[in-house]
Amino acid sequence: MRQSSPPISASPSPRYPRLWGFALVLLVAPSPASVSLDEKAATKDDPAASRVAFLAVYKVLSHPRCMNCHPAGDAPLQGEDSHPHAQNVKRGKDGAGKYALKCANCHQAKALPGENMPPGNPNWRLPSPEMPLVFQGKSPGALARQLKDPKQNGGKTLDQVLHHAAEDTLVLGCWNPGEGRAKPPLAHEEFVRELRTWIETGAHEPE
Amino acid sequence: MITIRVNRKEYHVDVEPDTPLLWVIRETIGLTGTKFGCGVAQCGACTIHLDGEAARSCVTPVERAIGREIVTIEGLPDDLGRPLKDAWIALDVPQCGYCQSGQIMAAAVLLRENPNPTDEDVDDGMTGNICRCGTYPRIRRAIHLAAQAIAKGAAR
Ligand code: FES
Ligand code: FES
Repeated sequence: MRQSSPPISASPSPRYPRLWGFALVLLVAPSPASVSLDEKAATKDDPAASRVAFLAVYKVLSHPRCMNCHPAGDAPLQGEDSHPHAQNVKRGKDGAGKYALKCANCHQAKALPGENMPPGNPNWRLPSPEMPLVFQGKSPGALARQLKDPKQNGGKTLDQVLHHAAEDTLVLGCWNPGEGRAKPPLAHEEFVRELRTWIETGAHEPE
Repeated sequence: MITIRVNRKEYHVDVEPDTPLLWVIRETIGLTGTKFGCGVAQCGACTIHLDGEAARSCVTPVERAIGREIVTIEGLPDDLGRPLKDAWIALDVPQCGYCQSGQIMAAAVLLRENPNPTDEDVDDGMTGNICRCGTYPRIRRAIHLAAQAIAKGAAR
């Protein structure tokens, strides 16, 4: 079986516009639910708190339940040790596998009963090859930069990133992984809370 | 009662919605060309087509197939089925034969999407179908032979 390629190194930091310093001047008390840094100020710029919050978020993103579908190579990973997926499964042109090895060949709309049976989701897939959103092998700083960069994060504002993390059923599936699989180290609400804190305190990148 | 279509024919089956499709195909309907190998999505012996896509029927609840077109090895249309079966016979691919209906169903999806596959493409499409007898080299040659036959318009 082909092994996935080794973790790729962090990409250089894109020049993310430092909106919040400027925006603080124009501060118009955004509602706590709104975190769109593209248009509005961070609620309270606090680099230290922001970095601490991201390190908590990072614990979840680098956990096998999340990282296994955000591999550095072209093969999904599986298991608590994040080994390349059995059967030489590959990403394919839309992230949903290739030929007779498309994800939905085995992955059903929900996790099947029984230890280590295929987990499920109606939309089970990897990110597309054009926007692979790699988590594997990324440092906290590199992952934070990637999440903030619409050119790498699927064209999302930070508001949309938060929305995705809070509501997308593929993300929620990490906390309902099927028998025999560990859940991420934070509860989903806690994860979303830390992500929100990271964003609202300025989305600062850990070193 | 659940209604499903298998090989262009309708069947009314009295089974629970979460019954594996493989059970329904083999036990209820009696089409035994599709095989039970592992029951846990690991071997590919139970591969059928669901709306043209390969699906491992041992882990597919029958309710997923409602309203869709199920095709088994018995009903694989001739455009792909004939050249594949001819190539399988010409090269004596099977040994015990147990995995081979799943192999052909997987090969049909590969050739439909990629009529001129390289060896690497064959590996990408077929590695999930395990053959205990190790007929992999013949399977690969047979897929190339079928691809050539289709390209020559030899499909009847
Ligand atoms: S019997 Fe379904 S994959 Fe083995
Ligand atoms: S021919 Fe025997 S398992 Fe494949």
